[in-house]
Amino acid sequence: MMSEHLDFFYGDFQALLDISLEFYENEVTALIGPSGCGKSTLLRCLNRMNDLIPYSRADGKILLDNENIYEPDVDVVTLRRRIGMVFQKPNPFPKSVFDNVGYGLRVNGVKDKANIASKVEQSLKRAALWDEVKDRLYDSALGLSGGQQQRLCIARAMAVEPEVLLMDEPCSALDPIATQKIEELINQLKENYTIIIVTHNMQQAARVSDITAFFYLGKLIEVGETDALFTRPKLKETEDYITGRFG
Amino acid sequence: MGHVEPGRALQRRRKIFQSSVFGLFKVSAVINGLALLIIVYFLVANGWRAINWTFLTQPPLDSMTKGGILPCIVGTLCLSLGAIAVALPIGVASAIYLHEYAKPGRVLRIIRLGINNLAGVPSVVFGLFGLAFFVVYMKMGVSILAGALTLGALTLPVIIGSAEEALRAVPDTYREASLGLGATKWQTIYKVVLPAALPGILTGAILGISRAAGETAPIMFTAAVFFTPSLPSSIFDEIMALPYHIYVLATAGTEIEATRPLQYGTALVLIVLVLGLNLIAIIYRAHLRKKR
Repeated sequence: MMSEHLDFFYGDFQALLDISLEFYENEVTALIGPSGCGKSTLLRCLNRMNDLIPYSRADGKILLDNENIYEPDVDVVTLRRRIGMVFQKPNPFPKSVFDNVGYGLRVNGVKDKANIASKVEQSLKRAALWDEVKDRLYDSALGLSGGQQQRLCIARAMAVEPEVLLMDEPCSALDPIATQKIEELINQLKENYTIIIVTHNMQQAARVSDITAFFYLGKLIEVGETDALFTRPKLKETEDYITGRFG
Repeated sequence: MGHVEPGRALQRRRKIFQSSVFGLFKVSAVINGLALLIIVYFLVANGWRAINWTFLTQPPLDSMTKGGILPCIVGTLCLSLGAIAVALPIGVASAIYLHEYAKPGRVLRIIRLGINNLAGVPSVVFGLFGLAFFVVYMKMGVSILAGALTLGALTLPVIIGSAEEALRAVPDTYREASLGLGATKWQTIYKVVLPAALPGILTGAILGISRAAGETAPIMFTAAVFFTPSLPSSIFDEIMALPYHIYVLATAGTEIEATRPLQYGTALVLIVLVLGLNLIAIIYRAHLRKKR
C-alpha cells in the first residue's frame, strides 16, 4: 500500500502536502509528529474515512495492490472491509460481545450461524481476549474494561479479515498494563497484517514499529527504519522532535 | 495587587444581588409547579364525585345528564393511536433523512423552515385544513380517518424534533466504527443507529400521543360529533372524544348546569390520561439517561 503525491484539504486549509509514502506488507509503520501535523488525516485517507467530512478533498493517489482507491468507480464499502480501523477511544457497539465481533460478518453477508460463531471465536482468540470473555459472550460489551474494549474493537476489525489494519492512537485512552497487552498483540498481528499506527508516544513507536515516518505541518519530513530514525535521524527537525525540543 | 480585587462593600452587594436573582428564579419555578397543582386540585375537587365504574364504562344517557363517557374514551384512544400511526413512520423517516442523509445547503434550510413553521400553525387552522382536505376533498367524511390524519399532521413536528434529538444523541463513533467494517450507510442506520436511538424515539412518541389526545380544534370539524348511538365499527365512523365532550357539555347541551359534575369528571379523566402519559415518558427518559 502506498500514497503518491497526496494532497488533502479541509475546505481551503491544506492538511497534507505532497505525501508519498510506502507501507510495506506485514510490517508495522508508525506515523509520528506533533498535534495537527496531519498523521491522523493521512490515516483516515487510507480507508477513505475522510469522505465523511463535508467540504474535504483529496488530490493524488493512494494505491492498494497497485490500484488507486480514489478512482471514481471504487466501491468504498468493499474497500473499508479490506482496510480495517481501530479508533483512539474504544467504541464497541451497545450490543453483546458476540454481536460486536459478528457485526462485520453479518453486514458483509455471512449468514451461516455456525460460521459466524467460529469466526467470532477465532478473532477473539487472535486478539488475546477469548479467555476473558468466553463466559460472557452475550453480555453487553460496554461492561468490559477500557483495555478489554479496545481489544474487542481489534477483534471486531479482524473478523472481516482485512489486509491492512489502521490504528489511530489505539492506546492513548488506556492504562499502561492494557497498553502493554495491546503492543504485544500488535507484535503478533504483524505476521498476518500490514499495520499502520498513529501514535503520540514516541517510546511506543520505538517499541512497536519497524518503520517510522515523521510528519510536521502536513509534510512528510523523514521516514526510515525505526531504529535508525531514532538513533541517527537525518534531519534536524526530526532530531528536535525526538529529543523533545518541541512537541 | 489590589487593583483587581473588589472591595468589601462591592462583594457584599454582589452576593445580595445574586441571592435575590436566584430567589426570583426559585419563585418562578414554584409558581410553575403550583399552577399545575392548582389545576389538578381544582379538577379533582370538582370532578371526583362523578368518577365511578359506570362513568367509565357506559355511554351517556338522558341528554347526557346521566350515564358515562365510554364512547369518548374509545374515540380519544382511536384518534391518538391513529395520529401516532400516521406521524411516527413519516416523522422518523424524515428525521433520518434530515440527520443522516441531507447535505447542508439551501434545500435543507428550506425543509427545516417548513417543519418549524408547521409546528407553529394554530390547531384550529389544522382543523380547517383537515375539513377542507380530508373530509371534503378526499371524501372521507367526518371520520376517525380524517381526524387521525389531521392530528397526525399536527403531531408530526413533535415526532421529527424528538427523533432528531434521539439520532443526534447517538455518538458518531458508532457510525464510524460500522462504516469502517465495510457496512453501507443504510446498514449502519438500520443495525446500529436506530436501535440505539429507539428509546428516545419512543419517548417522543409517547409525548406525541399525549399531545394528540388533548387537542380539541383539529377534531371538531373532522372526526368528533355531539353524540353517537354506538361505539365505532370502522375508521369511517364519526366518534365522540373527551376534549370535545367537555366543550359540548359546557356550552352547547340543553342541561349545562345539570351536567356540570360530568364536565369536571370528563376533564379529570382527560387530564389523568394526558398527565399519566407524560409521566411515563418523563420517567422512561430519566431511566435512559441514568443508564447512559
